[in-house]
Amino acid sequence: MTELTAKTPGAGIFPFEIGGITAREETPEAMTAIAPYKGREAEASAALEAAHGMALPAPGRSTGKAGARALWFGRDTALLIGPRVDASLGRHAALTDQSDAWIVVRLEGAGARDVLARLTPLDLREGVFKRGHTARSELAHMAGSITRVGPEAWQIMVFRSFARTLAHDLDSAMRGVAARAGA
Amino acid sequence: MRITCPLCGARDRREFYYSGAAVALDRPAPEAGAEVWDDYLHNRDNPAGVTRDMWYHELGCGSWVVVTRNTVSHEVIGTALARDEKGRGA
Ligand SMILES: [Zn+2]
Repeated sequence: MTELTAKTPGAGIFPFEIGGITAREETPEAMTAIAPYKGREAEASAALEAAHGMALPAPGRSTGKAGARALWFGRDTALLIGPRVDASLGRHAALTDQSDAWIVVRLEGAGARDVLARLTPLDLREGVFKRGHTARSELAHMAGSITRVGPEAWQIMVFRSFARTLAHDLDSAMRGVAARAGA
Repeated sequence: MRITCPLCGARDRREFYYSGAAVALDRPAPEAGAEVWDDYLHNRDNPAGVTRDMWYHELGCGSWVVVTRNTVSHEVIGTALARDEKGRGA
């Protein structure tokens, strides 16, 4: 019988490093969109807290920590990244498995913000876009998700089929930033 | 140009799709009659002054945003979620 091998969205594309900044694929076990039913936000948040230890995030924010994080993911929607969602959430929210739908990349290093600034119109300045903040925005002309996960570390996501495009545009932006720095 | 999404804050214009006058907030009833529907579908005011437009935060949160602006001064007076504005009159 044929043995099929699962490939991650960024297999053979990531990781790479340019000018001290790294772009590395993250491969969470699961990703689930959580859209609370009308008027059930509080119950959904309590269920998420009970099952996974984090509340539903407010717009533009994330909750949880590395390995188990909930991102605000657009209007009335959160994305649970890491653990497989507990079935109890299904009583209060529509759950959609997104596990194979997105490529998740961690961009890290001094100047990572300057790289992103070439790819998105978001205001990423230090006092504006803080650790734990997240946004849906344009990322290299694609619809993406950008989350600050550390002082010099960002999690970025686009649809899985755009993984190679994302790598190409990251590569160009990283080369540009490195050239400016004289690296 | 920046548009303030009530959920996301001030965002670049390229994240938005423009749909036009905010008439969709007051869609006529199905039985309103041909004249009313003709007006809804085809006729638009061109005011010198305050007007309301619909913008879709396509590359952001996915909300329809009602932007109130002044066509004479170009001032953007305010923004609101279409969800909250529906039925308040265009
Ligand atoms: Zn928005």
